[in-house]
Amino acid sequence: MSGKVYTETVIYSAPEAFVKDVPYQIAIVTLEDGRRITGRILGAEVSIDDPVRLAEERGGVPYFRKAD
Amino acid sequence: MRPVAVIGIGKTPFGAFADRDLRALAVEASQKCLKNAGATPAQVEAFYLGNFAGPSFMGQSHLAPYVAASMGITDVPATRFEAACASSGAAFAHAHAAVASGVFDLVLVTGVEKMTSQQTPRVAEILAMAGDCSGEGKAGATFPALFAMIAQRHMHQYGTTREHLAAVAVKNHANGAKNPDAHLKKIITMEQALAGKPVSDPLTVFDCSLVSDGAAAVLLAPLERAGEFTDKPVRVLAVAQTSDHVALDQKDDITTFRAVKTAAEKAYRTAGLTTADIQFAEVHDCFTIAEIIAIEDLGFVEKGQGGFYSLAGKTCLSGEKPVNASGGLKSKGHPVGATGVAQICDVALQIRGEAGERQLKRNQIGLAQNLGGSGATCVVSILGAA
Repeated sequence: MSGKVYTETVIYSAPEAFVKDVPYQIAIVTLEDGRRITGRILGAEVSIDDPVRLAEERGGVPYFRKAD
Repeated sequence: MRPVAVIGIGKTPFGAFADRDLRALAVEASQKCLKNAGATPAQVEAFYLGNFAGPSFMGQSHLAPYVAASMGITDVPATRFEAACASSGAAFAHAHAAVASGVFDLVLVTGVEKMTSQQTPRVAEILAMAGDCSGEGKAGATFPALFAMIAQRHMHQYGTTREHLAAVAVKNHANGAKNPDAHLKKIITMEQALAGKPVSDPLTVFDCSLVSDGAAAVLLAPLERAGEFTDKPVRVLAVAQTSDHVALDQKDDITTFRAVKTAAEKAYRTAGLTTADIQFAEVHDCFTIAEIIAIEDLGFVEKGQGGFYSLAGKTCLSGEKPVNASGGLKSKGHPVGATGVAQICDVALQIRGEAGERQLKRNQIGLAQNLGGSGATCVVSILGAA
């Protein structure tokens, strides 16, 4: 599964469950079929329009990584 | 439908009050409101309470009769409305419908939230429940993060800048400094606003509204009976509530709020007015970007121009379209469930000419825009001199 970053943000202040992850980046990704999905970004930070691909899925959350 | 008037208003100051619980705040605002209208608890025919998360913040449910009975209002419908940050806007919309349709004459609408008894990570967790907990919530999105993603996209599409966002914060802090009931009566400079501690890129602490305790209340009556209570009735010209997807990723375009546009269109049509007729507004600046998008969606400026318009000073007290003369959620404070009714109080205060240092000269027709979540609920109300 791959797509393009529609929007993103790096979070510095988190809810209890995610305090240990700070800072972390989330993004809304537009998938190839046009659907949009919210997920986490692994590795290098991404910007709007960057291509990303699904790296893994944990607890129902998609984790994307910047595609080359 | 018959015309409806706001015949009384009452508010607690907004802030962090360790000595007052949710009920004490709601009762204080409600009693001030009844006193303001010269009405008694026995005259209240229904009690509508706007509250977002009392059960989560306080561990107490069944809040409407819990509040009402403690101020002597019993034997009438007492119901809580929950629509995230638009909870009391929704309560106001439904109360207005009940009075306009003749079901009740006197309806007391109170909004309240008690937030500061919880630590920040828990507050963030409770607020995140206003989003979609099965998708964006699981991924770790906070409320600031949702609006940060909206801001990133708005910047990308329209050239909105950090300075544009900061201009909203600077203006609202300047206005709030003139509001004795504001949570943060502190003027800030553009330099300070730009150097704030990051919360969620590109938003800093100066882009975020405050976590506050507080309550606000209004008493509604048919316009024909307003004279029994006040010589300064404020007429409700229109109220429109609309809805949209809760999850941000389900919206086609996140740089605009469909619910705001549709509520505004309905409200303008009902009132027989256009955007040009609106002399001032209280809008839902939960984040600075939200004020920029609000003035676009309400039609005050062209799409994409909200940031430029704000930086040019057009929305300040002396500008062509003053926005958030009260200080807005940014400086006045944002006790979530109280905000919708507090906005109505602030618009009414301007129309009555009682806004003190922040009183506007063009004060005959004002608008309040109350947003729930990242745009899943919107209530737009237009008030005018009776």
